[in-house]
Amino acid sequence: MFAYILKRILYAIPILIGVNLITFMLFFMVNTPDDMARAQLGAKQVTPQMIEAWKADKGYDKALFLNKEAKGLEKVTDTLFVQESMKLFSFDFGYSDANRNIGAEIKERMGPSLAIALPTFMIALITNISLALLLVLFRGSALDTSMMIVAVMIMSVSGLFYIIAGQVLFSKMWHWVPISGYEPGWGGIKFIILPILIGVFAGIGSGVRWYRSIFLEQINQDYVRTARAKGLSELKVLFVHVLRNGMLPILTGVVVVIPTLFMGSLIMESFFGIPGLGSYTIDAINSQDFAIVKAMVFLGSVLYIIGLILTDISYTLFDPRVKL
Amino acid sequence: MKMIILKVFLFMMILEPLPADVWNNPHDSEKIATQTLFSAFSMPPKRLDPVVSYNANEWAIIGQIYEPPLQYNYLKRPYALEALTLKEMPALTYYDLEGRLVDENDAHIAFSEYRLRLREDVKYQDHPAFVKDANGTLFYGKLSEEALENIQTLDDFEKQATRHLTASDYAYAIKRMAVRQNHSPILDNMAEYIVGLKAFSQNITKIAEEKKRTKEVLDLRAYNIAGVKVLSDHTLSIRIKGKYPQFIYWLSMYFFSPIPWEADLFYQQKGMKGKNLTWNWSPVGTGAYYLVKNDPSREMVLKANPNFHDERYPSLNEEERNSSNIPRELLSDAGKKLPFIKEVIYTLEKESIPLWNKFLQGYYDASGISSEAFDQAVQISASGTMDLSSEMSQKGIVLKGSVQPSIFYMAFNMEDPVVGGYSESAKKLRQAISIAQNQEEYISIFMNERGIAAQGPIAPGIFGHLDGEKGTDKVVYEWKSGKRVRKSIEVAKRLLAEAGYPEGISMKTGKQLKLHYDATATGPDDRALMDWRRKQFAKLGIQLVIRSTDYNRFQDKVRKAKVQIFSWGWNADYPDPENFLFLLYGGNAVVNTNGAGINSSNYQNPEFDKLFDEIKIMSNSPQRQEKIQKMLTLVREDAPWVWGFHPKSLALTHLWFKNVFPNAMANNTLKYKRIDAKLRVEKQKEWNQPVLLPLVLFVLLLVLSGYFLHKLYLNRQKAVIKQER
Repeated sequence: MFAYILKRILYAIPILIGVNLITFMLFFMVNTPDDMARAQLGAKQVTPQMIEAWKADKGYDKALFLNKEAKGLEKVTDTLFVQESMKLFSFDFGYSDANRNIGAEIKERMGPSLAIALPTFMIALITNISLALLLVLFRGSALDTSMMIVAVMIMSVSGLFYIIAGQVLFSKMWHWVPISGYEPGWGGIKFIILPILIGVFAGIGSGVRWYRSIFLEQINQDYVRTARAKGLSELKVLFVHVLRNGMLPILTGVVVVIPTLFMGSLIMESFFGIPGLGSYTIDAINSQDFAIVKAMVFLGSVLYIIGLILTDISYTLFDPRVKL
Repeated sequence: MKMIILKVFLFMMILEPLPADVWNNPHDSEKIATQTLFSAFSMPPKRLDPVVSYNANEWAIIGQIYEPPLQYNYLKRPYALEALTLKEMPALTYYDLEGRLVDENDAHIAFSEYRLRLREDVKYQDHPAFVKDANGTLFYGKLSEEALENIQTLDDFEKQATRHLTASDYAYAIKRMAVRQNHSPILDNMAEYIVGLKAFSQNITKIAEEKKRTKEVLDLRAYNIAGVKVLSDHTLSIRIKGKYPQFIYWLSMYFFSPIPWEADLFYQQKGMKGKNLTWNWSPVGTGAYYLVKNDPSREMVLKANPNFHDERYPSLNEEERNSSNIPRELLSDAGKKLPFIKEVIYTLEKESIPLWNKFLQGYYDASGISSEAFDQAVQISASGTMDLSSEMSQKGIVLKGSVQPSIFYMAFNMEDPVVGGYSESAKKLRQAISIAQNQEEYISIFMNERGIAAQGPIAPGIFGHLDGEKGTDKVVYEWKSGKRVRKSIEVAKRLLAEAGYPEGISMKTGKQLKLHYDATATGPDDRALMDWRRKQFAKLGIQLVIRSTDYNRFQDKVRKAKVQIFSWGWNADYPDPENFLFLLYGGNAVVNTNGAGINSSNYQNPEFDKLFDEIKIMSNSPQRQEKIQKMLTLVREDAPWVWGFHPKSLALTHLWFKNVFPNAMANNTLKYKRIDAKLRVEKQKEWNQPVLLPLVLFVLLLVLSGYFLHKLYLNRQKAVIKQER
């Protein structure tokens, strides 16, 4: 397994270089360093001297991919792309255009993102699997049909609607929880209840339908009949045997998501005033802060690759036939 | 089962009217009962360094912390400057090239000198940078990396101290401005005026570069600017080239805030930047407040500065009160010591809906009015007057409005071969388009009446702006029965025909006139606006082609004068007509300044430029007014802009928020405001009682569902057993 993980990590390097290359190309196609300087300086009259000074200060005065003035290997190495990429690979995210330490900011913002994402993920997982098993239990009944219709309805509505409706109902009309905000520690529970509930509810439709289809594939297997023949209750059959055998496809979709939970939710964090990484990325894009954008894209890619490796490893844990 | 349901229902009916504690309070409930202001910000401020900061959201914070030498009187209108950290307004003297003292009207003025005499009782907020040991050396002046290991915020330093403000702190600030690596947005502008600043900047920038390379700190005390002299601990003189009366306004801006050298050296120490301990994030000022928490991703907290000097709420005499149109209740705190509010908590609110709802719940003391909430907050009568909706009035909410010293206009590129130029036909084409653009309709449809149609570049409240018939653009409007009436479209069509485009058809080519409008309108929301814009041109038979692009490309096109017609805006830095008229000064045209100029329409009229050079150095007087009117007549005739509108800012405040008076020029207004905390607590409780009925119904639904599912499960179990058999 160790050799496999090492191989995957080595594969990840060209992938990350590629992601970085695309990020650089896309960003600088839309924003030239001069545009960035103008946006960051914020002055009404930006003079060429101001732009040049800003670029020199931030290192954007270097050539992007090919330094024609340099000699030998430096033509490639003395460029913005190589120098910035090298820093990223050593997880040195540097400073934002507003001179904030990006690494420290990411650490600080991971907590709030996880405070929403982790409970939402866990509760949604348990709820969706439980509901899906329940529907499998009552498969073919009126309850099953009506719940499937409700699931499709939930899926069809935009997540933004649930956020606004939730805020209006639970906070504005019924005054149960604050409409938005965040506080670290236990005192912050009142702020995260609503976004978690909305996150869980918005995902119920797709989640339940997906898990239901997985479990329905299992329900007519021989081992289920054997379990029933042994006299096990229908609940035990579903929640122990069917669930365990349905785990492999569930893991494919679930484990890969776990590392990316750190990245937070863009819309949810924005509407609920959660100072997480989702809103950090959006703010950086809006303010053309390339230092943050490249750091977040890089981090997202790394986490996704970690997720894929974890998924492969988890297969071996749930299915002894799988060897890495 | 029926009995259970009945019992639960009865329980609910009893429970419902019971007063409960407030559950949805997003703030610390203890602070609500104190002099704490709860406010919000939508964009995290990027820079709190006074030498760099140039955005309204940044000034809203640093305005409370830093004190430039002058400030705007909170209540007086028209806007008037007054001493803030000075004993009196700066003394101004003029010199000729030989250094002889001359009169202010002398033709040989070569230099103006501002002498600033500082108050002696002004102290900085407490800060570790000021702590000294027994020998008088800085206690935290040479921190090792180990010592910094356990330091995360300024509060982690055991010792803090203060010191008095001195004249050299203002000189130090100007020196910091000169360092190019600090990116001060006004350096190039000030270098044109302050004697020796340009040369100093070039020199100090090189030194700063070298110091950065060798990782040494840059102590600016060792270097001096020829035109900035510290005459004593509390006297500073600033010498500027020629005569530039607007310089006094710059002295009220935060670029001229004092910088204590101790703090500058403190923040330059190795390891500080990595902990976000920099000028950008940890201001050190003498103002009424100091920043105790700076988490721009969530919350920023200001507290009243215990070292704040003696400043009193302003008072006005009866004549001033009447001329400024000040309500009497605004003067009830006159003469009382400032500040009233002890703590200010700014919370990040990116979306307008949560912000608005929190304001309605009483959790924010004031709010702007977003377009989504406009109809709920404001009703407009048939005559166009704005008033609060009954819902807002019942809550005791107060509406405050003021016209901003800003202008949003549609400009013609005067370099363009079709719409530009100064020929009669080009002028008439622009005049016809100006008449056809129905700004009143625009303000009504797209601005919810939050603006007034402009008659020229100068905004209301600024010297040079006239109301009534005298202030009317006679090219676009007529004065009828004491009212301003836009000229009819027939007049516009006649002008268009005279310009060589009868019914919008070019007499030269026989084809319909096609004009191009550059905009950043790329979203679906902009469609209505662009359709309206096309319609205005279609009234004249002109086809308007919209060229939408992103903001960066749009700016680039304007800078390179590759546009034909476009919309642009301007917010005044200071309340002087020069700050508007320079937008049309030929010397500032982008084509003459390699894209750096402020005159985006490239308007160049020698007569206008000559008058501008004259009014620029004049004090406000009837003569200045006369010259400005001549300039306005010229630009109205030449019509390089369709004048557009001056926006009206509307704000809502709760009844408990006192002394609120819109002041578009001042940013340090928090110190004047006051909270009636008792009333706030009462109202918040009254407005936010939790509604329990839905909660009980939900629990009931869960219990019932569980019961029925259990029954269903038992039936299912039996059915499966039968099926398996």
